[in-house]
Amino acid sequence: MTTASESLPPPTASTGPIAWVKERLFSSPLNTILTVLSVWIVLMSLPPFIEWALIKASFTASTSQECRASGGACWAFIGQKYRLMLFGLYPYDEQWRPLIAAIVMIAMIIVSTVQRFWNISLLFIWVGGLAVVAILMWGGIFGLRYVEDTQWGGLPLTLILSTFGIALAFPFGILLALGRRSKMPAIKTLCVLYIELIRGVPLISMLFMSSVMLPLFLPEGFSIDKLLRAQIAIIMFAAAYLAEVVRGGLQAIPKGQYEGADSLGLSYGQKMSFIILPQALKIVIPPLCSLFIAVFKDTSLVVIIGIYDLMQSTKVALTDPAWRGFSIEAYVFVSAIYFIFCYGMSKYSQNLEVRLATGHKR
Amino acid sequence: MAESIIELQSVNKWYGEFHVLRNINLNVRKGERIVICGPSGSGKSTMIRCINRLEEHQKGHILVDGTELTNDLKNIDAIRREVGMVFQHFNLFPHLTVLENLTLGPIWVLKKPKAEAEETAMKYLNRVRIPEQANKYPGQLSGGQQQRVAIARSLCMNPKIMLFDEPTSALDPEMVKEVLDVMIGLAQEGGMTMLCVTHEMGFARKVADRVIFMDRGEIIEQNTPEEFFSNPQNERTQLFLSQILH
Repeated sequence: MTTASESLPPPTASTGPIAWVKERLFSSPLNTILTVLSVWIVLMSLPPFIEWALIKASFTASTSQECRASGGACWAFIGQKYRLMLFGLYPYDEQWRPLIAAIVMIAMIIVSTVQRFWNISLLFIWVGGLAVVAILMWGGIFGLRYVEDTQWGGLPLTLILSTFGIALAFPFGILLALGRRSKMPAIKTLCVLYIELIRGVPLISMLFMSSVMLPLFLPEGFSIDKLLRAQIAIIMFAAAYLAEVVRGGLQAIPKGQYEGADSLGLSYGQKMSFIILPQALKIVIPPLCSLFIAVFKDTSLVVIIGIYDLMQSTKVALTDPAWRGFSIEAYVFVSAIYFIFCYGMSKYSQNLEVRLATGHKR
Repeated sequence: MAESIIELQSVNKWYGEFHVLRNINLNVRKGERIVICGPSGSGKSTMIRCINRLEEHQKGHILVDGTELTNDLKNIDAIRREVGMVFQHFNLFPHLTVLENLTLGPIWVLKKPKAEAEETAMKYLNRVRIPEQANKYPGQLSGGQQQRVAIARSLCMNPKIMLFDEPTSALDPEMVKEVLDVMIGLAQEGGMTMLCVTHEMGFARKVADRVIFMDRGEIIEQNTPEEFFSNPQNERTQLFLSQILH
């Protein structure tokens, strides 16, 4: 007998649906109580919501009285006001322009998530796409009417603020994180100061400062566009948080990786960009995703300086005296839009984590 | 006597208050194969890590191939290009495939074209007998295979000197031999200057030109392997040898 014993198949799972339910839902008194409680909560809340949102809802009413009479949700209000909510104060007849701009932005973001495009072509896609967005939004050439950016609003504005906020804060935050770990005292101090100062201040006050205080310091007759100032404030704010997230990742990389790179004679830049950062960023994908979601939602704080993003346009839509009292419907609608984007980011980050996992599992 | 390629002159180093290297003097001839042994904490790893500046010495001079190691980054880079290092824990890059691990240095440091770098990489993978693993990730390989990849990675840089820092200490016993065989092959081929921190005395007997014994930051004794093992002079050496050669 010299042959190895035959390997056996694993035992087949013998649990049927009833056994599964017994095991997972009613295995102990506590588990039973929790199961019953959860079912009760769902039963209590779901039917009334469905009745309000779908069964009794009015989708086509043309006046608010008619809508209110139905006793359910008044989705007709959204039908009346969606253009104001989505595009803010952008001239009504020209609203196809921000619509296309938003579609272009979303398309660019989706293209950027595909690994096949992670090369130089992505740069051209973005430069080209952003030129199209700028032309559409501002106009002034190709026979398009010029639209000042104080009139921009709604979803395209939210997308612009958050896309640039994330895209520019990312490299800036990485540099700050590297700076904070630098051995050069001047650079290190500067980065620590920046990160701690910005993190110690609420975004609202930074937006407020950028809008109210900054012009006081600038020479007379010299002004920076309000939207640009808000954008810069968002970038600076996000970068400080990003730096700390990235630093966490950098600290998780074993010393041996640095030494391995050093022993090959790689320069600092090569070591960081080929060896350390790819691994560090992979580790911090979950907190990075949270941060990006937060930046996306925090852009709604620009209302404080009178910029009409998605949230503020919705508020404006609610002030119409002919359609008073439909704030629940409006906020459900806006929440759904925010949710779609945030959930998309979350799903993508999970997908990315799986896709980039190489080394650590066998 | 051939010219020396590494010179350590009264090298001293401290970790805080702890005097880890005490007045080290060492001359290594071109092509010489040296095994360094000693109890843990004796400074043997620290010494060879000073040679490619993974550790900084605080007093004394280190010359590698005629270039003195100073804070000048240019010198450090020049020396690291000539000195390959194999680590106890391999230090492969887990996010890159084996082939990418091997070609990264040649492409970016030696500025070789990618095709040429890959050809060299495959040559060395053949030499360490794992060409079939080229497109796997390090995490998919066994410890012995990973260490052989690490040796190949160093060789791809075409170094004049190879430093081995306890290359078999982290391996499962049955994998030690495959790594040692590669190292023995490399040593017997000649031409390569090798400094190896190891407790594999069989390896030392077989290929070393000189065995160095270190204890508490000092070089206590150095001799040819025959003399070193059969006739150790210092009592600390005798004690150490009695502990590791059962």
